[in-house]
Amino acid sequence: MRVLAAMSGGVDSAVAAALAVDAGHDVTGVHLALSPDRQTLRSGARGCCSVEDSHDARRVADELGIPFYVWDLADRFTEDVVEDFVAEYAAGRTPNPCLRCNEKIKFTAVLDRARALGFDAVVTGHHARLADGELRRSVDAAKDQSYVLGVLRADQLAAAMFPLGSMTKDRVRKIAAERGFAVAAKPDSHDICFIPDGDTRGFLSRRLGSLPGPVVDVATGATVGEHEGTYGFTVGQRKGLGVTVGDQRPRYVLGIEPVSRTVTIGTRDLAGIGEVRTAPPTWTGPAPQLPFTAQVQLRAHATPVDCQVSAADDGGLRITLAEDQRGVAPGQSAVLYEPDAQRGDRVLGQAAVVIAL
Amino acid sequence: MTYLDHAATTPVLPEVLAAMTEQLGRVGNASSLHASGRAARRAAEQSRERLAEALGARPSEVLFTGGGTESDNLAVKGLFWARRQADSRRRRIVVSPAEHHAVLDSVEWLAKHDGADVTWLPVETTGRVTPAALAEALGDGTDVAVASVMWANNEIGTVNDIAALAAVAHEVGVPLHTDAVQAVGQVPVDFAASGAAALTMTGHKLGGPMGVGALLLRRDAECTPLLHGGGQERDVRSGTLDVAAIVGLAVATVAAVGSREDRAARLADLRGRLVEGVVEQVPDVQLNGARLDDRIAGGPGRLPGNAHLSFPGAEGDALLMLLDARGVECSTGSACSAGVARPSHVLLAVGADSDRARSSLRFSLGHTTTESDVEALLEVIGPVVERARRAGMNR
Repeated sequence: MRVLAAMSGGVDSAVAAALAVDAGHDVTGVHLALSPDRQTLRSGARGCCSVEDSHDARRVADELGIPFYVWDLADRFTEDVVEDFVAEYAAGRTPNPCLRCNEKIKFTAVLDRARALGFDAVVTGHHARLADGELRRSVDAAKDQSYVLGVLRADQLAAAMFPLGSMTKDRVRKIAAERGFAVAAKPDSHDICFIPDGDTRGFLSRRLGSLPGPVVDVATGATVGEHEGTYGFTVGQRKGLGVTVGDQRPRYVLGIEPVSRTVTIGTRDLAGIGEVRTAPPTWTGPAPQLPFTAQVQLRAHATPVDCQVSAADDGGLRITLAEDQRGVAPGQSAVLYEPDAQRGDRVLGQAAVVIAL
Repeated sequence: MTYLDHAATTPVLPEVLAAMTEQLGRVGNASSLHASGRAARRAAEQSRERLAEALGARPSEVLFTGGGTESDNLAVKGLFWARRQADSRRRRIVVSPAEHHAVLDSVEWLAKHDGADVTWLPVETTGRVTPAALAEALGDGTDVAVASVMWANNEIGTVNDIAALAAVAHEVGVPLHTDAVQAVGQVPVDFAASGAAALTMTGHKLGGPMGVGALLLRRDAECTPLLHGGGQERDVRSGTLDVAAIVGLAVATVAAVGSREDRAARLADLRGRLVEGVVEQVPDVQLNGARLDDRIAGGPGRLPGNAHLSFPGAEGDALLMLLDARGVECSTGSACSAGVARPSHVLLAVGADSDRARSSLRFSLGHTTTESDVEALLEVIGPVVERARRAGMNR
């Protein structure tokens, strides 16, 4: 097959590309330039978008003897991921930009372009298993990225290759070291690539400015503090609320109301969520018959919980949780899994949380 | 492999390889006083004389450098500093916006860090600078430190009438630097006859090695050094002479200049066939730069091996990748070090819109190009353009 390898400059995508070459595919490497003002050198261990990262990727491609190009998708990324991220926070929701990037950039913009240019598939270094059109968790539970891939549809998965899903991260690094890749020991990237200093609140306040509003304790209805912008808060958040309420018991963010800019807080016993309503879902395969039982994961790295999934009136889902969860924020994706200890939990699909009850 | 990117670099000539290999086998620093040093110096100085003769310069006007970028930096910064030192009113640099980045970025650096004022010359839609435009930009010249206009454009191949431009600059006492990296060996270049104060040339565009070039600098042109040290090159450029590279540079220059006329005629024919063949398959293709039969100052108005084409609705990046996959190598024009293609500043300078700039490819023919190379391109260009158009413009 003619395969396009998306190469970030990290160890995962380097090994994924190498494995695609080993498998006998005709591989072309592509580095996605996503940031409109790319820095020459990486700052810290974060991000994947500096010129240095693209050089790291090119270095691997040259060793593999495959063509390598840089695709400038900065405009698309800014529009579909960064602006979406800012707009979601402005609307009081909590987005997952990695999921959005997979949906809009890697498996739409890149995949469409790859197909148009004659490629059959896109290979990436995501840690997830993909076989026979079924997307499953990685064998490396700590590195599993199936959550941020949960948004992919069958036609996208049909043209995707994730060769790393059946191995641990340690194994990936070992393969990279054996092949002499300079990126073998490169630190994992984490956080949000377009916020390299990790200060999400600072980023949002630069973008959205000061939008002060009240912090209200739900028990008394009293305003117990002021905030500089609802975007500084996520439902379920406990730290950094900047208020103390008389009884000294910890408070959690229960809700964000963007129009009145009200952040509602309450005690732990009030922070539990038993049911989630979602926007219309996307499925990784044929739509399952509703209702059904499954597991749902409500955040990246959250522990999945058993649930009952049924249809809501508006085309969305009603997901009833077997046990209460905290930190379920509108905007987050509820990714549904069919548990399978043998072959890895299978991703059924996802839907964006609209209300958590 | 079909190599149609000779303006990026062109294969080393066999006689260059032989001469350099021979020289590399010898010991000797050209600055040493003993026999080995004298032998090295003799080889370097013979090369200087041969190169000077081939380009209409005096040997003392030849400063060996590390290549085109260094020569451009040295000329622009060195002339600016020296001229301003002599008269503090001279802060202005008059320059064409279609210059190579080695000139542009030097100028912009001086503007940002050293108080230079930049006057951008208007260019015609071919990218050419007219003597009248230069005269107007220079004014009475009292506040101008240096002017720089390239001899031939590296992207679209347009040739300037350097003699006419230098005459205009000379009239108001302003030194004209010209980047002739693409011109030497392609069009007639005579330093003395041109009247330019400084001329940049490099080895690897004409069959010599990479990493060596020269700045031809008139004896009366004051130029402040960039590199300080042993003062090897007229005290304007320091550094141990790379004798083998210098020998290679001179052999290549003499050969390229000597065979120029025949090669130019042959390449112009092949280039004509290439453009004609592409037009047959892609009727809406657009030629950027001067007409193929354009003439200036009694010579070709466009580099004979240059075909710069825009393919509406297709992205240059996609075209390049698809051609590369089919064994045809060309260029999209200017790429930054990260490989992210930006719309060519040259095309934007000549008034092309961003889409036209982004949909362009440069094919550049050179001494090893044959008819079968052109045919190889023509065999694949139709389907490649069709496929790239299906992928559309990347937004």
